[in-house]
Amino acid sequence: MTRQQSQRLAIWVITAVSAIVVVPILIVILYMVYNGLGTLSWEFISQAPRNGMTEGGIFPALLGTILLTLGTAVAAIPLGVGAAIYLAEYAGDNRLTRAIRLAIVNLAGIPSIVYGLFGLGMFVLFLNYGTSILAGSLTLGLMTLPVIISTAEEAILSVPQEFRIVSLSLGATRWQTIRNQVLPHALPGIITGVILGLGRAAGETAPILFTVAAFYLPNLPQSIFDQSMALPYHLYVIATQVPGMPLGIQYGTALILLFIVLSLTLVATLIRSTMRRRREW
Amino acid sequence: MTTQINSSPQDERAAPTNWRETIIENLVRLSGLSAVLIITLIFLFLLREGFPAFVEVPLADLFSSRWYPIEDKYGLLPLLAGSLLVTAGAVLIAVPLGLTTAIYLGEIAPLWQREILKPFIEVLAGIPSIVLGFFGWVALAPLIQNLGAPSGLTAFTGSLILAYMALPTIISITEDALYAVPKEYRDGALAIGATQWQTIWRVVLPAARSGIVIAVMLGIGRAIGETMAVMLVTGNAANIPDLGLGILFQPVRTMTATIAAEMGEVAQGSLHYSVLFGIGIVLFIITFAINSLATYFVGGGGKRRRGGQI
Repeated sequence: MTRQQSQRLAIWVITAVSAIVVVPILIVILYMVYNGLGTLSWEFISQAPRNGMTEGGIFPALLGTILLTLGTAVAAIPLGVGAAIYLAEYAGDNRLTRAIRLAIVNLAGIPSIVYGLFGLGMFVLFLNYGTSILAGSLTLGLMTLPVIISTAEEAILSVPQEFRIVSLSLGATRWQTIRNQVLPHALPGIITGVILGLGRAAGETAPILFTVAAFYLPNLPQSIFDQSMALPYHLYVIATQVPGMPLGIQYGTALILLFIVLSLTLVATLIRSTMRRRREW
Repeated sequence: MTTQINSSPQDERAAPTNWRETIIENLVRLSGLSAVLIITLIFLFLLREGFPAFVEVPLADLFSSRWYPIEDKYGLLPLLAGSLLVTAGAVLIAVPLGLTTAIYLGEIAPLWQREILKPFIEVLAGIPSIVLGFFGWVALAPLIQNLGAPSGLTAFTGSLILAYMALPTIISITEDALYAVPKEYRDGALAIGATQWQTIWRVVLPAARSGIVIAVMLGIGRAIGETMAVMLVTGNAANIPDLGLGILFQPVRTMTATIAAEMGEVAQGSLHYSVLFGIGIVLFIITFAINSLATYFVGGGGKRRRGGQI
């Protein structure tokens, strides 16, 4: 085979293989939409389930996911952005900093079920919060922490050095510089990372299995110490544990969850690309 | 890299202590330290809850091949085998697919295609694992069953789904590694008459070798840790699969699925509870090893290399 022939063959194979990767993604999304769209309606979103979950809506699970996502944000954002500021602005190049970075990489790699175990042992049992929105939010928050720290640090580092130099040269303190010059410009990047992290947290099942999720609750949660339903767990149970569950409801639940998570991803991507275009540096 | 502005000794002496600055700096420093504190806390907690298992279950039993908690049989081998099999299958599928796609995106695709394809990969990364697992459960497993397997819930189905979940990780890190290869390498190869494929195969890929290794390692870590997707499609049979050609087409159970499936039914403090935490420790150690090794390689594998020596 001549060089030109192997070149053409190689390009052809590479393109074909890439299609094998990309096309199924489209297929999965279309498949879920096709099968689930029929179930979606305003009633489905706003009503509670009836008749052993086989009829009615999924509102409590939807509400639970929203509450847990908010809780995750509260738990993870302050600590995450703070740590990112430390790494980007204050940390020196020493062993402690390397240890912190190693810890973050590892936190990002811990399996979600292990976070669930830790949440069970620490928040539910040891701190005695019980299976509650509090325990679930803290567990999800810990899981989201590394994502927020990494993206926030990157956003902060991308602010040009000149901003800091000029601010300091005009007499501002370090924190004043960070607060008034660096953070505002890093904000879109930070928000992008936060939304991506929250999107992931909203879709996770394993961390909430033992920390907050319940299958059927007669009432909506009244406080953060209550249990809650949640979409990912709901989907898991109705797909595998309930005989006779109408397929339409399963697909509808899956589609809603998919829709929420992908919308968050879309919003984050839009913010990021708008920010990149408007940026003047 | 940090943005340290160094002030000279004279300035340090002259400036009065700004309490607000100090408080904020310490708060921020504490946030930074929290990462180390949290991971230590997680490990210690796992150890605390899982420790009884290692004390009360003799080591030989732990490595036996029967996982049957009802009869107090806590052999971990079937679970280890399950995780290993599914992960190995996923890696075998995902690495060639991911590398090739990264090469396509980084070296071959025109800009407009890149703009369309990259969001697709990000969409894949965003799909919740339970949704992919659900898809496997309702669509993929029946398909595989129609293709001749006795049941569609096999290690292979799990590997397939896992491969797609690990793909975004492998693709994006490989892309970064390819991007980091200096342009001069490609230009030089093309200048002496190499075709594009020859350049990719003999120059770019070897230069990106360490980055690709990292991508694969992190993909492995992602696959081992996945819970919900494998729970739905691997059949959850805690047996060591029979060796032979059909090894992938049997139901298995992974370590992650075991914890998820059984923790809900255990009494707190019981032996079963501790053993499940023990499995958690094993998972923690495996992923810790993979991630730490990968981080070590990012630094150049311990060797300090200057700008792009192959």
